[in-house]
This record gives sequence, C-alpha cells and structure tokens, in this order.
Amino acid sequence: MTRSNLVLLALVISIGALPVVGGSYALRLGTIACMYGILALSWNVVGGIAGYPSFATAAFFGFGAYAAGVLLGRGASLLVSVSAAGVLSFVLAGLLGAALLRLRGHYFAIASLSLIEVFRELVNNATDLTGGGMGLNIPLTSTAGVMADATFFFYIMWGLLAGTALMVVAVARSKLGFGLACIRQNETAADMIGLNTTIYKSVAFGLSACFVGAAGGVYAAWVHYIDPSDVFDILYSVKPIVMALIGGLGSPLGVLIGAFVYLGLEEVVWRNYIQIHSGVLGVLIVILLLFLPHGLMSLRSRIVGWRPNRV
Amino acid sequence: MLAAQILINALVLGCLYACIAIGFSLVWGVLNVINLIHGSFIVLGAYLAWGLYQSLGISPWYAIGIAAPVFFGLGYIIQRLILNRVMAAPVLVTLTLTFGLDLILNNAMIYYFKADYRKLTLTPPMGSVSLFDVVVPIDRLIATASALVLTGVLYLILRRLRVGRAIIAVRLDRDAAKLMGVDVSSIYAIAFGLGAALAGCAGVLMALIFPISPLTSTAYLGKAFVVCVLGGLGSVSGALAGGVLLALIEGIGSALIGPAHATTLSFALLIIFLIVRPQGLLGRKGFE
Repeated sequence: MTRSNLVLLALVISIGALPVVGGSYALRLGTIACMYGILALSWNVVGGIAGYPSFATAAFFGFGAYAAGVLLGRGASLLVSVSAAGVLSFVLAGLLGAALLRLRGHYFAIASLSLIEVFRELVNNATDLTGGGMGLNIPLTSTAGVMADATFFFYIMWGLLAGTALMVVAVARSKLGFGLACIRQNETAADMIGLNTTIYKSVAFGLSACFVGAAGGVYAAWVHYIDPSDVFDILYSVKPIVMALIGGLGSPLGVLIGAFVYLGLEEVVWRNYIQIHSGVLGVLIVILLLFLPHGLMSLRSRIVGWRPNRV
Repeated sequence: MLAAQILINALVLGCLYACIAIGFSLVWGVLNVINLIHGSFIVLGAYLAWGLYQSLGISPWYAIGIAAPVFFGLGYIIQRLILNRVMAAPVLVTLTLTFGLDLILNNAMIYYFKADYRKLTLTPPMGSVSLFDVVVPIDRLIATASALVLTGVLYLILRRLRVGRAIIAVRLDRDAAKLMGVDVSSIYAIAFGLGAALAGCAGVLMALIFPISPLTSTAYLGKAFVVCVLGGLGSVSGALAGGVLLALIEGIGSALIGPAHATTLSFALLIIFLIVRPQGLLGRKGFE
C-alpha cells in the first residue's frame, strides 16, 4: 500500500473521533464533510482514475435518496433502505454506463448531465410514488434526542465514508485500477491489448454510483424531507469535481483533503455572504482553474520535489 | 385541425429553438468548448430587452441592434481574458470553468433582478392571425422571422466574410489554420463573441414570448444541448433541423402523453441520439 493511501485511511479513521470533542454544530458539519468526502472519492474513480468527465453524481445521489426515502416510507429499516439504495445505484449505473461510456469527451459530459434532467423529471412526474414536486416526507427513524440523532447519523455517514475509502484503496491496488489508468492514458491501446474496456468502465461507473446512492439515502433519512430540485441539484455533480480539482485529480488523499477544504470555504462563504454564495463559488472555481489547475497536492511537489498523479 | 396547429406551432417554436442553439453550436464546434454560460447570456439578453422597453420605451425589434454589439463585446472580453488561457486543457477544465462563470453571472442576475418572473408586454398587444382554424400570435410570428434572419446573418458571415472563412478554417484544422497565418486566439475570441451575440439576440426574442427569470437559464441551456445533438454540430441547417425536430417532438409528446413528460422525452431522445447517432441528423466536420 502506498504511503498516501495509508495517510488517507488514517485520516478517515481519525475523523471518527469527532463526536468525542465536538458539539451539535461540529457533528452537522462533520456529517456533511463525510458526505462530501464520499461524493468526491466516488467521482474520482470514474473522473480521476478513468478520466471520464462525469456529471452524473447528482443523478445517483438523488436516485439513492428517493430509493431509500420511498423504502423508509413503506416501513423498511434504515439499514435495508440504505443498502438497497447503494445496490440499486450500482446496478443502474452499471447498466447505463455500458451504454453511455461508449461516448467520449464532450458527448459523455452532456449525456451524464442529461441523466440528472431525466431522473429529476421522472421523479417529478411519478407523483404517486415520490410525491412529485411536493417532495417526500420521510418518517423519523429514532426519537432518542437531538444529540443522539446527530451522533447516530454522523457515524452512519462516517461508516459510508470509510467504506468508500476502502473501495478506492482496493480499486487502486487491483487490476481494475490499473486497467482504468490504462483507459485514461489510451483507451484504444488498452482495448487492443485485450482489456475489456466496456466491463472495466461499467464497473467503475457502478462503483462510483454505489456509495453516492447510499449517501443520498442516508441524507434523505437525515434531513427527513427531500424534493426533486434539492437532491437532483446539478451542484452535487459539480462540487465533487471542484473538490477533486482543489486537491489534485487522481490522488484519493488529495481529493479527500480537497473535499474538506471546499467544505471549509463553503461554510465561511455561506455564513458571511449568503446572497452571493453561488457567485463566490463561481469566482473560486475560476481562480482555481486559472492559477492552480493541478490542485493543492501539486504545491507539495513545488516544495519537496514530489510528483502527484497528473491527469 | 389539431395536427395542423401542432405542426405550425412546432415550426414557429423550432426556429426560435434553432436561434437559441446556434451560438452554442458555433462555440462548441469552433472552440471545442461546451459553453455553460450560454443560458445565462440568453436570460441577460431578455432582461436587456425588458429594461430598454420599460425604461426607455425602445421596442424589442430595435433592442436586437443594441444587444448584438453589447454581447459580442462581452463574449470577446470573456474569451480573451479567461477562456483563452485554458484552451489546451482537457474537457473537464473548460466545462467546469464555464460553469463557474455561469454561477457568477447567474448569481449577479438574481442579485440585481431578483428571482421574480417578469413579462415584457407590448402595449398595445399585437393580436394574432388565423388561417382556417390555425391561430398564431403575431409577436411570435415576427420573433420567428427575426430568428430566421439572425440565423441567415450568421450563415452569411461564415460564408462571405474573410473572418468567417477564418473561423471555418480554425474549426476544420486549428494547426493548419495557424500555419496559414490565422491568428487563432483572436478567432476564438471572435467566435465566442458571435456566440454570445446570438445568445443575447435570442434572449431579446425570448423576452417577447416567455416569462423572464434568472432561473430559466438552465432550461434554455438544456434546449441548446438537445438541439445541437439532434441536428448535429457544425452547420446552420443542422441547428434548424434540430430545433424544428425538438419542437415537433415536444408538441406531439405533449399532445399524446401530457406536457409534464415533454422534457423527459426530449432528454431521453438526446441520450438515445448520443448513443446511436452522435453526429446528429446533419452533422459534418466543417461549419459551412
């Protein structure tokens, strides 16, 4: 295992100590931090390692949120609902990926963006199942008090983050990760030497959707109310990309750090400039891309001569 | 008669869709950039028309003449100062960058104009014409004609002017164009400016027909996506074909399975088209 992956796992484990030291605000922020970490690490599998510019994160986040929300509403337990959301997302993404990942570059980006629109409209119109534009109320899973609830959901989200980190490390160490890196560098050549690129890409897309869908499910149970424009927000697709760009594409540790740095910036901006928060986010994106295109991890190479994975 | 009405509506709306999409298609084709600010440019154009009409009483027909140079300048500056720095970067970078710019512009519009829906209402209203049982509002008809004229002007610029031929040359082969002495980064800026100008003018026309709000920008952008993919990148006729096809599908889809499903239908069609025929109906390498 590489040093950076060890640091990644150590970082994730150390976050688990948060409830010991923090209050309810820290727990809320910690839960969001874990969620962002899941989204960013998952996106990195298909966007960073395989090099496909996917904007589908929001589609699977929303799908998972609604899948779990509907199941919880029918009386299923949280564990069953969230697992179902993850598994269904994996299957759906794998199947869609087999078709969509034949596209490259701009065409793939547009197709993955359109997935969000299609899913959102489907959910909007399936009023009987999802409540349509009125949104979906999700029953409270426990009534043990505010702090107990906050700690409970923090640990669930943290567990998912740990699962995502293990998945990412496993992918990086396996033949799959090697194959995906080959696909990023030269897909035609990878195909020529006998790599089944369709299966590799579909599995990667499925893995990148699986934990995102589960995180959507936990989010739904956590906030108790979801509506299509909230969970199918295109920002859920763009934020992981920005986090990955902040940290440095391809390196899981960089991506996770990018997620936390991004959350810190977002929180400061939300608190102080609520009216112009999305404009400030835009300015941040522009500055980042123009002046630090290889992310924070590239700063290290300028200081100690260490080279990050370039995409 | 219902069928005739649907057909006429689709033709009228289709030309407007083509006008929305053509600037987007030009930028995508020439610069190889998916320009996510396009939707916000359209909305800004609509606000320009609305503001000019409300405060100075300038009719939207003249507002086009003001919008075109203003938006050309805006687009030219954005490309020169910002986008030209990342033209060699991968898709992800250019796409995310235009998304960031879109967030800034859209937030600025929400801040200054608020998210309220507004409507530009001409006084006196222009009424409508009816032939047999088919009814078409006159303002919509004139907007469609203007959209066709704008499309024709772009066609002539690309066909007849020296700068238009240079844009085509850059689209066909950037390196060869550079070797022939074309200033590629300046052509990029001009092409982006033209795209922005078309978006602004399309916005002026949209102000006559649809309600105006910063929140509608994504809907316009979505239309531009679908039209470009259906019709194929790279030709004025492709955008027209894509626009009319999209309007027809939406019209027939609304009539058969209900208006709520029209958007789903068009995006599902977009994904199918991307998979089975990514070059679109009339796609080709050179922009005529």
